Amino acid sequence: MSNQFLPLDVNEESMVEMKAHGEDAFPNECCGFFYGEERDDVRWVTLAKRIINVKEGDQRRRFEISGKDYIGAERFATQEGLTLLGIYHSHPLHPAVPSKHDLEVAMPWFSYIILSVESSGVNHVRSWQLNESRIFEEEVINKNQLKV
Amino acid sequence: MATLIIPTPLRKFTNGHAVFEASASNVNELLNALSSANEGIKKHLFDDSGELRSFIRIYVGDEDINELKGGNTKIDDQDEVIIIPAIAGGSK
Repeated sequence: MSNQFLPLDVNEESMVEMKAHGEDAFPNECCGFFYGEERDDVRWVTLAKRIINVKEGDQRRRFEISGKDYIGAERFATQEGLTLLGIYHSHPLHPAVPSKHDLEVAMPWFSYIILSVESSGVNHVRSWQLNESRIFEEEVINKNQLKV
Repeated sequence: MATLIIPTPLRKFTNGHAVFEASASNVNELLNALSSANEGIKKHLFDDSGELRSFIRIYVGDEDINELKGGNTKIDDQDEVIIIPAIAGGSK
């Protein structure tokens, strides 16, 4: 667990929404953005918004967000006075750990929340951020709503 | 000067600024000016061979430069150039 990044505090509403999205999309991967603010050395996540997975073909192991939806997310953040803090996506029947593909296209500064989902529901939520060497380090999620 | 819109995750390299302006005749010049002026941003835009990373999309107005002349796409002072990270991934 990295100490160089601010811990995340994900409010219940956001965690419930991401969890529900992961379960609704199962066995496919879900994806979305989350917003909030950095304050008092914490990343406060206060809103999660679902985004359509536009990956063509098999979505059980891949997700993709359109450029148009990304622009929309940036504009939404500006309009609402929020900060776009990162992206969440699910790993159906896989651990909540970034894959090689996740790493190849990751952006710095963003938090990447990954939800591991089984047929019985979400069983693990972890968050990651790129360090200076473009390697993912795990972030702390305060008050994790899920008991693992 | 042309205007370059910086996405949120790259603003840590531009002192939080969402807009970068520079004189440039094409997209490559504008991106090079950005890289020169902002330490640390280059490796997130370009790979080791100096090519734009495949998940970085550049738009001039509403047009993807891949549909135009790539990095050689000409720009003028009225143009708004936008960096859009392609968000993708998966468990595999």
